[in-house]
Amino acid sequence: MNWGSFYAVISGVNRHSTGIGRVWLSVIFIFRILVLVVAAESVWGDEKSGFICNTQQPGCNSVCYDQFFPISHIRLWALQLILVSTPALLVAMHVAHRRHIDKKILKRTGRSSPKELERIKNQKFQITGALWWTYMISIIFRIAFEVAFLYIFYLLYPGFKMVRLVKCDSYPCPNTVDCFVSRPTEKTIFTVFMLAVSGLCVLLNLAEVVYLIGRACKRGFQGSEEESKGAWISQRWSTYKLNEINQLIADQSLKSKFTVTKKSPTEKSERCSAF
Amino acid sequence: KPLTRLTKLVGASRHSTSLGKVWLSVLFIFRVMVLVVAAESVWGDEQSDFTCNTLQPGCENVCYDQFFPVSHIRLWCLQLVFVSTPTLLVATYVAYRNHSDKKRLLSKGQEEDLETLKRRRLPIAGALWWTYACSLVFRLLFEGGFMYALYVVYDGFQMPRLVQCDQWPCPNLVDCFISRPTEKTIFTVFMATTSSICMVLNMAELVYLVAKAVNR
Repeated sequence: MNWGSFYAVISGVNRHSTGIGRVWLSVIFIFRILVLVVAAESVWGDEKSGFICNTQQPGCNSVCYDQFFPISHIRLWALQLILVSTPALLVAMHVAHRRHIDKKILKRTGRSSPKELERIKNQKFQITGALWWTYMISIIFRIAFEVAFLYIFYLLYPGFKMVRLVKCDSYPCPNTVDCFVSRPTEKTIFTVFMLAVSGLCVLLNLAEVVYLIGRACKRGFQGSEEESKGAWISQRWSTYKLNEINQLIADQSLKSKFTVTKKSPTEKSERCSAF
Repeated sequence: KPLTRLTKLVGASRHSTSLGKVWLSVLFIFRVMVLVVAAESVWGDEQSDFTCNTLQPGCENVCYDQFFPVSHIRLWCLQLVFVSTPTLLVATYVAYRNHSDKKRLLSKGQEEDLETLKRRRLPIAGALWWTYACSLVFRLLFEGGFMYALYVVYDGFQMPRLVQCDQWPCPNLVDCFISRPTEKTIFTVFMATTSSICMVLNMAELVYLVAKAVNR
């Protein structure tokens, strides 16, 4: 399970998050993904092979295991982590879209040198306007997914305690048989841990929502005009036009110096077409 | 890292429409991650935990082979590989176009345009439009084909707990029990759903392409 590349995809969003968002990301990675990979998977590794029923009837183990564990805790947590991290991709897409618009503006004003494009690639965006809404929606989806998975967990396994013994009487088990779960105490400990961290993440996300709303209100009171997209674009346009004029003046002075040493075009093409 | 390369190949091509780029890559990441999560753990013991109610040696092997000709995991891996291949068509065509344009520019002596050539985004018109439309059609066919194959081989998306088998050398009719049927059903339904969503998105992109061409 290549969580490393998964983390690389998600942490690209890190630069555009708030401080609380970065804390959330670290909590997710250290306390959930790392714990899941390092510890929890070994504890649940022998969940099926170690599930033993007090009967020699073939098939009874399988059937009773399937009845009491429709979906394993590990799969639920892994799915939860994947779903909870996916909204961050929304933010990444929005940032990419903004960069694309910036590039378009650059090209229109005629200055698409590699240096400028690099600067745009590494630019950090303020969380304002449409990006604020995208960010807000992604946090709300995160909260929704977390709560949904906690609820599913509660439905499937009411109570967080893993029992030692279950009684099973599905076909083909003869009458009622005792079935024993492997490592119940260790599983209980990890279940409690993962649920607690899950709750902590929900709290962090709620705090981030409140923080973002507070910041937006503060900005609204200060009456900043950078909110509207049109104003933002026209501001950038005027900046680039100004830069363009300056560059043209600089180019003119450079051109007059270098006309003497310019190579003829035919020479260069002969050299290049050799391979 | 083949996984990231594959992901880049499917949705992140610079020459797709924005709809294709964004949603398909997200869904692809999603499908690949879920497949990797489920593959080893849920289907890992599919044959070793397939037990039949008999001591007859060989009966379990024969019955497993009868009811699972191809494992779900293999079908899904093949599906993902085939679905990402048509994007190679588009990438190959774009590389060919860039190569011929480069040659043309070099013969005219305009090297400073080479940089812009490498970075430009080709408009989706003419032969590129046809290539792209073909790749979308093939993607649709592969997705639908594999889903249908899964449905036909396993009689629907639900995994039963118990199958009855009477192949030789099993004596008479024996009960055979499948391991983790509910978990397998959940993941099968999940993969089928994401597969259909991808098909719908591909179809929408095709309609959008056709509409764009008609407008022109």
